[in-house]
Amino acid sequence: MQLQLSEFHQFEAAGHPFLYLVPSGGIFAVDDLSKRAIALLKESPRDAKALLDELVAGGASVEDAKNCIEELVASRAFAPEGGWKEPVDEAPAKFPLQTLVINLTNQCNLSCQYCYEFGEDKVATPEGKPKFMELETAKQSVDFLFREAAERKSVHITFFGGETLMNFPLLKQVVDYSRDEAAKRGVTIDYSLTTNGTLLRPDIIEYLTANAIGVTVSMDGPKEMNDQLRVFANGKGSYDIIAPKVKELLKNHNTRPIAARVTLTNGVKDVKKIFNHLKHELGFHEVGFAPVTTSPNRLYAIDENGLNGVLAEFEELAYEYRDYALRGEHHGFSNVSDTLSELHQGISKSHPCGAGLGLLGVGPSGDISPCHRFVDSDEHKLGHVSEGMDTAKQQDFLKHGHIHAKYDCHTCWARPVCAGGCYHEAFVRYGDTGHANLHYCDWIRGWTDLCLRIYGEIATHNPSFLNHFEQRKAA
Amino acid sequence: MRHLRAINKKARRIDDLQTATDGDVVAMQQNANAAQRPHYPMGCSIVFSPGWEVDSSGGTAGLCQPVERDLYDCYISCYWPAQVPDHLNNYPEWTSKCAAATKDWRNIDLVFP
Ligand code: SF4
Ligand code: SF4
Repeated sequence: MQLQLSEFHQFEAAGHPFLYLVPSGGIFAVDDLSKRAIALLKESPRDAKALLDELVAGGASVEDAKNCIEELVASRAFAPEGGWKEPVDEAPAKFPLQTLVINLTNQCNLSCQYCYEFGEDKVATPEGKPKFMELETAKQSVDFLFREAAERKSVHITFFGGETLMNFPLLKQVVDYSRDEAAKRGVTIDYSLTTNGTLLRPDIIEYLTANAIGVTVSMDGPKEMNDQLRVFANGKGSYDIIAPKVKELLKNHNTRPIAARVTLTNGVKDVKKIFNHLKHELGFHEVGFAPVTTSPNRLYAIDENGLNGVLAEFEELAYEYRDYALRGEHHGFSNVSDTLSELHQGISKSHPCGAGLGLLGVGPSGDISPCHRFVDSDEHKLGHVSEGMDTAKQQDFLKHGHIHAKYDCHTCWARPVCAGGCYHEAFVRYGDTGHANLHYCDWIRGWTDLCLRIYGEIATHNPSFLNHFEQRKAA
Repeated sequence: MRHLRAINKKARRIDDLQTATDGDVVAMQQNANAAQRPHYPMGCSIVFSPGWEVDSSGGTAGLCQPVERDLYDCYISCYWPAQVPDHLNNYPEWTSKCAAATKDWRNIDLVFP
């Protein structure tokens, strides 16, 4: 049998060689003999017998060499001539809904310049649509969630905006209504919300705590950074308003971890400083970062140089995470824990995220969208909560977003975790949700490699830490 | 696996799959102690010949290859009592008038032990 290398990414961690297999997502530590077998095949494909002879000539026993080759074939690190044929799995026709993101309002009291809902690159077309969701629409949304969740035993609602808390009364009504409905069906339900923090009040905090509603605060770091773009309509920064309220929230809300989400822009990319402020000075449980989604020519867009700098800073902070993990401590850099969780499961994605699949967004009008970022966009509407899904459009969206439709990704080793990246990002960049986010490939591969190395180190020196990732995180 | 060590959950599943294949039953192989290598499992029930083991209801018509269509596996090579005459001991001449089963099958007659 003629043997050739199949697809994998080879990396070193804690001084040992590892393989990240593609597309299965399996991670194996390999011994010296396997490493040698791989090196030989890397030079050129060859007959299995010839490879065996070479390994034996190098000092291995026939038995060992044979086992070694068989294992490399069985794990699909090696392939017979022509490579393995991967079956093409289509998007499932029916996929039970798990998370509904409800945009309670599309109004906001801040005017962050980069906002994907109001900014220069917005996809929303809110003209003529309601600004605040009505109770009736909200109830229909909840009914829709339970209907589409089918057999699922637990569902999730994320409250979103605009600024979510501008419609706090409706939030409470939705919680009441959906709790009752969930109890009737014997389904568990939990909630989270995303807010800019400006409208937090003691009674709201008390309510969120009592109902175990998870909170994510959008905030960009210390004052001088946060206030660059997160401003009120009059241009005034929001930090001084938010900081005391957030402290209040962090002091009192103890039923769910509270997270900060940072948008990195050209002027705001001092990752470590931002992390230290939000984690250690304000006391967030975890902090996640994402570079702004924008067309490349905006003033606040991060150019390639800037991105490399950001990756270098991410790397430094990720090593800090690793050091914590090796001591068995919680660090809070959620970009790392999210990636490690995916690597631990060994997921291999057909689609980059759950949008349009297990997750949907609904706007104040009741229009359904693939996720919160497409809310209120006519072009991306996937139906209405009163009528149900437009399954033809949904299938079209999913077919388009399938990894098999992204030619550029077919030879990329990072595709099990990336699968082409965010649909919204792709739409803003390329006008097409199914386009691979090619401007991020180096970043994605660099980041995945970094997290693999960290994963390997943790697996070597403190494997019990990985138990945190045994349970797959809900969306 | 001895040369690859499964680290994450997916790798453990790949490993399990591999172990499951390794653990094939080899009861009817000539040398059960020989080193394991990929092999066809032995035994008519596994290679879908009409062995009696899979004939749960007592008839033969429902078998994957009913005896009416394929009988040579049981007739020629098998020492085990089957629902066809046995070549090894009692009916060595049974198919002697049947050169090609597709044409001469009528020449295979019933036997009355
Ligand atoms: S978008 Fe780039 S990094 Fe992601 S899977 Fe495709 S080629 Fe790989
Ligand atoms: S990754 Fe992009 S498309 Fe997917 S849910 Fe997030 S914002 Fe929406």
